[in-house]
Amino acid sequence: MLGIEPLTAEEITFLLDQSKPFQEIQKHPLKKLATLRGKTVALAFFEPSTRTRISFATAASRLGADAMNLQAESSSLKKGESLLDTIRTLDAMKPDCLVMRHSASGAPHFVARRLPLAVINAGDGTHEHPSQGLLDALTIRDGCGTLAGLNVTILGDILHSRVARSDIYLLSKFGCRLTLCGPPMWVPREFESLGAPGSSIRRVARIEEALEGADVIVTLRVQTERLHEPALSLDEYILRYQLTPERLRRARPGALVLHPGPMIRGLEIDPAVADGPQSCVLEQVTNGLAVRMALLFLLIGTGGEATAAKDSTHAAD
Amino acid sequence: MLLIKNGRMLDPASGADAPRDILLDGERIAAVGAPGELQSRASGADVLDASNLIVAPGFIDLHCHLREPGGENSETIETGTRAAARGGFTAVCPMPNTRPVNDNASVTRAIVERAAAVASVRVWPIGAVSVGSKGEALAEYAAMKQAGIVGVSDDGKPIATAKLLRSVMDDCNALDLPVIDHCEDSSLFAGAVMREGKQSVRLGLRGMPAATESLGVTRDIQIAELTGARLHIAHLSARESLEEVRAAKRKGLRVTCEVTPHHFTLTDEDVEYNTHYKMNPPLASREDRDALIAGLADGAVDAIATDHAPHEPALKDVEFERAPFGVTGFETALALALELVHAGKISLMRLVELFTVGPARVLGMTRRIAAGEPADLSIFSTDHAWTFYAAESASRSRNTPFDGRGFRGAPMATIVAGKIVYRRP
Repeated sequence: MLGIEPLTAEEITFLLDQSKPFQEIQKHPLKKLATLRGKTVALAFFEPSTRTRISFATAASRLGADAMNLQAESSSLKKGESLLDTIRTLDAMKPDCLVMRHSASGAPHFVARRLPLAVINAGDGTHEHPSQGLLDALTIRDGCGTLAGLNVTILGDILHSRVARSDIYLLSKFGCRLTLCGPPMWVPREFESLGAPGSSIRRVARIEEALEGADVIVTLRVQTERLHEPALSLDEYILRYQLTPERLRRARPGALVLHPGPMIRGLEIDPAVADGPQSCVLEQVTNGLAVRMALLFLLIGTGGEATAAKDSTHAAD
Repeated sequence: MLLIKNGRMLDPASGADAPRDILLDGERIAAVGAPGELQSRASGADVLDASNLIVAPGFIDLHCHLREPGGENSETIETGTRAAARGGFTAVCPMPNTRPVNDNASVTRAIVERAAAVASVRVWPIGAVSVGSKGEALAEYAAMKQAGIVGVSDDGKPIATAKLLRSVMDDCNALDLPVIDHCEDSSLFAGAVMREGKQSVRLGLRGMPAATESLGVTRDIQIAELTGARLHIAHLSARESLEEVRAAKRKGLRVTCEVTPHHFTLTDEDVEYNTHYKMNPPLASREDRDALIAGLADGAVDAIATDHAPHEPALKDVEFERAPFGVTGFETALALALELVHAGKISLMRLVELFTVGPARVLGMTRRIAAGEPADLSIFSTDHAWTFYAAESASRSRNTPFDGRGFRGAPMATIVAGKIVYRRP
């Protein structure tokens, strides 16, 4: 599972459907299954991450799998070891799959090409974050009842966002009309041609116009580490692009507000919106667990293939 | 003596395209004649049958990296020139970004002496523009020229400032050396790993716009106009740059340029995190590639140069953004250029010109097949079917995007100073 881009709408729907039972499990008092007992999931996070790492670790644990944890801070990468050698070492401990976060775009693709190991991309550079795309889709589908034909507005630093790319690839496959809005140097025009064939992606400079009629708003984190590049000052960003209650009123009533986190209140999003009734931020976190459990289950669960086969028969019906 | 008979001679300098026998005596061409005409003079000579083959003047590669001294894990003068001979090249110009940098006569001499001992083809070094290629103090051009350099460049980096470029040009003008520049605006380049465009956005890789190169080209041409110096633009990749070169040529400035086989063959759409597609300048757009091909055809481009840039496997077997720039190129250059001929984009004579008199002119030399000339010849087939495998390369490195590519046409024999240095088995 390296990215959303190569998947079809049918495959995505299948993955979302497979996540439903795992959503239910989160509501049970006893959440632990034995499905993946005896399996090992290697978590290799070469870039600081709290929520995604904990989410994958918890997903593995709730399926009964063991997690092997490699953290960049303590790894031999700091001592100059190459990525390939580090992964080879992990691989020699015979994990059943590798969940990998890396600051270089394409790093999981490189590892997957070089080693016969199942790899889940947990975010690569400024490229993709497929499990985030899926959990966003699950949240949107639950909230709107469908993914088809929605008006979705993505706000912020699109250029450097792997979440934006995964969301764009995913939602455009379902015929969503996507509107991208943010500082112009962060929303290059190439994004307009990034969607699935026939999809509609437009760039809009003014946030008020971008929010008009939106069913869903995805607010991206302002990556303060990017601000050394010629960019807007924080004050200018807040003035022009912060999602405030007044601006939110331009959207369809009850429009969903998503944020991949970590969220900086008062910067990209007004606290009143972040904590408001339209905010799906915590649901996204819970759905993240469900989606990641489904991915692990399908990838390394023994029943995975059978379930997949059964379900695609259903889909054909 | 060596008699090359039954070949089709293509000699761009004279425009000759005819069946000719060529007799080599020692390091020089002794005679050129109609088929059979030299038979009596050639008694006792070795014979190389060039039936169905093209016999061309020896190919010159204006731009390569042999990595010696200092980078012998990636390439040596011995292995690099063996690969060059297999590519049909009879002379190659290694860039000065070795360790140490070729910025003084003792390094130049070391390279030239090493080449005399082990090289398969002629090695004509390029000297550094600045000491250590640091963009500050001028290197010692006259001493390096005595030792054997044929041009100057800080390749790998642009000549740092317009002021430095002006001084270099003034000085090299006096010494009649071409100034070769890797044109690039450093501020636009900053941290980029490929050409900016849909593909860089899609892959989430940091891109540089075409203007990164063309701004550098514009600066250089203006300083060339100011100084009247000979300016050669290395590995030109953007159509905007080519337009600048065309305009400069129309004005009568002494400006030339080269294009690499990978730039006239591939585009940024071919980049998919495979580090064998990472080089600088990066693969450009389809429009750029088409413009380069048009320039190769109509004369705006003076030479095909490989920018053969070997890197040992460990250096390229990393994340895309961490990999060094560069791909190998000697052994695939001719076959890739022949693809243009087969596609009807350039003539065979033009191809030969781009590998011979074109680069020679950049260096202030001539290249022709005639009695008394050095016996450097490239003999090739235009239809021999073969597949290039990087693992079989003579280079020490394997970083090529053309591994496994099937070709029609190949170098069959390479002759340097009258000796057969490569013969296709």
